[in-house]
Amino acid sequence: MRSRNDNQAMTLQVNNIRKQFGKGNESKQVLGGLTFSVADGEFVSIIGPSGSGKTTLFQVIGGLERPSEGEIWIDGKKANGERGHISYMPQQSSLLPWQTVAGNIELALTISGVNGKLAKEQTREWLDRIGLTEYAKAYPHVLSGGMQQRISFLRALLAPQRLMLLDEPFGALDALTRVQMQQWLMSIWEQNRRSVLLVTHSIEEALYLSDRVIVLSASPATVLEEFHIPFERPRQEEIWSDSRFIMLKQRIYELLRFGTEGGRER
Amino acid sequence: MDNKRKSFWSKLWPPALLLIILLGCWQGALELGILKEWMVPSPVMIIEEAIRIWPRLMEHTEATVQLTLLGFAGGTAVGFVLAALLHLIPGVRTAVYPLLVLSQNVPVIAIAPILTMLLGWGLLPKVLLVMMVCFFPITVAMLGGLMNTDQPLRNYLQMIGIRKWKLFWKLELPHAIVHLFSGLKIAASYSVLSAVVAEWLGTNKGLGAFMLISSKGFKPDRVFAAVFIIVVLSLTLFGLIALAERLVIRWRPEKEGR
Repeated sequence: MRSRNDNQAMTLQVNNIRKQFGKGNESKQVLGGLTFSVADGEFVSIIGPSGSGKTTLFQVIGGLERPSEGEIWIDGKKANGERGHISYMPQQSSLLPWQTVAGNIELALTISGVNGKLAKEQTREWLDRIGLTEYAKAYPHVLSGGMQQRISFLRALLAPQRLMLLDEPFGALDALTRVQMQQWLMSIWEQNRRSVLLVTHSIEEALYLSDRVIVLSASPATVLEEFHIPFERPRQEEIWSDSRFIMLKQRIYELLRFGTEGGRER
Repeated sequence: MDNKRKSFWSKLWPPALLLIILLGCWQGALELGILKEWMVPSPVMIIEEAIRIWPRLMEHTEATVQLTLLGFAGGTAVGFVLAALLHLIPGVRTAVYPLLVLSQNVPVIAIAPILTMLLGWGLLPKVLLVMMVCFFPITVAMLGGLMNTDQPLRNYLQMIGIRKWKLFWKLELPHAIVHLFSGLKIAASYSVLSAVVAEWLGTNKGLGAFMLISSKGFKPDRVFAAVFIIVVLSLTLFGLIALAERLVIRWRPEKEGR
């Protein structure tokens, strides 16, 4: 049992979370007692086989679902079933098609509690900073997939909440764009460090971006192992061929394979 | 802009040409004696008669246009508010929705005398009749739009903590506007015809009344002249709605040609 002090020190503290759907014999346990934390300004990735309940985990942290057991602490406050404590970047860019690029960012900020005038200023300033000013008044459908994801990331980054959840943000992009986006995300994040919890399927992505990688097992999800990633920031592409990088990649790959065999019926 | 104009004409000329050919066949059938003039008047006769009685025709048209617009506007307002209420107040939809369908199954012939007895011979019962026809497609289309919003978008907005009322204004309503317009188009086409039917049921003004009087007086050319005007009114109203749709929904990708 962790002390109250620990809960307060972390931006996110997940304590022994269980979640099951249905009752009796029909019930299915999706999260099987998860415990982990994200410190202030830390970048943590969660990686797991398909069907390891990552969507459910995010919905529990975001407050859309209540955990069956356990506690969620965000910024030192218990947040079981409470919404509005996080900022979020979903898998699909999820920009409202009838709002302009600037309008989309402003809307997300006002929902997160920023007042309208400040939201406008910040949006303008940051669109300028990432070189997308000319698209401020464009509708999302004219943007490429990568650009839509940039807007989606910016929208999450500017919200005042300390914790950002990124849900497989680059899963739908082609390999080259994906690498470019990872580098871009790193460079922006270095300028405005927030606590990040990233869910991804890509081991390289997790290793390249994170301070810590948490490997989950499949149905029900439990923490198999945690890895501290030793590389200095700002990180260069060279670490991809570093021997430690390759060894970590191999270990996580084997862990995932072992975990997947247990849950193959899904 | 030039491109748009071109595509507009390329869409317009096939149906226009077909219409002219059909009218030509109609005229030809009468010229050749396949049809007799005491059975059905020829297009040329109809046009000649329409020009002869033009001022009277316009007087009746004006009354019908007024009735149509009042009924259409009223029906749209009721349809819109009803859809929003059914969507926002939980539980109400299941109770009310079947009754709405029921309301469409009662023939105008049965309702009209009741409305007339309750509200007299004035404009009000006729407007109500048109409204009853118009609100339904609008409510159904808009309710569908409100309920079938994009799931990932809804999930995203809920994750960042949007409140129910803001979710309605920012996501559900804008999404439903696209559906609302398909409802408006159907209602627009119904509204002119239901205004004419309402006028059959007791009045001496409007194209409906004019048709009834002309028919009883064995003046089929006048009946057809009224029909032509009704067609033009319907098309105009439909066109105006389509134009409004283009002006309101600018965010949609251009390629979806509707």
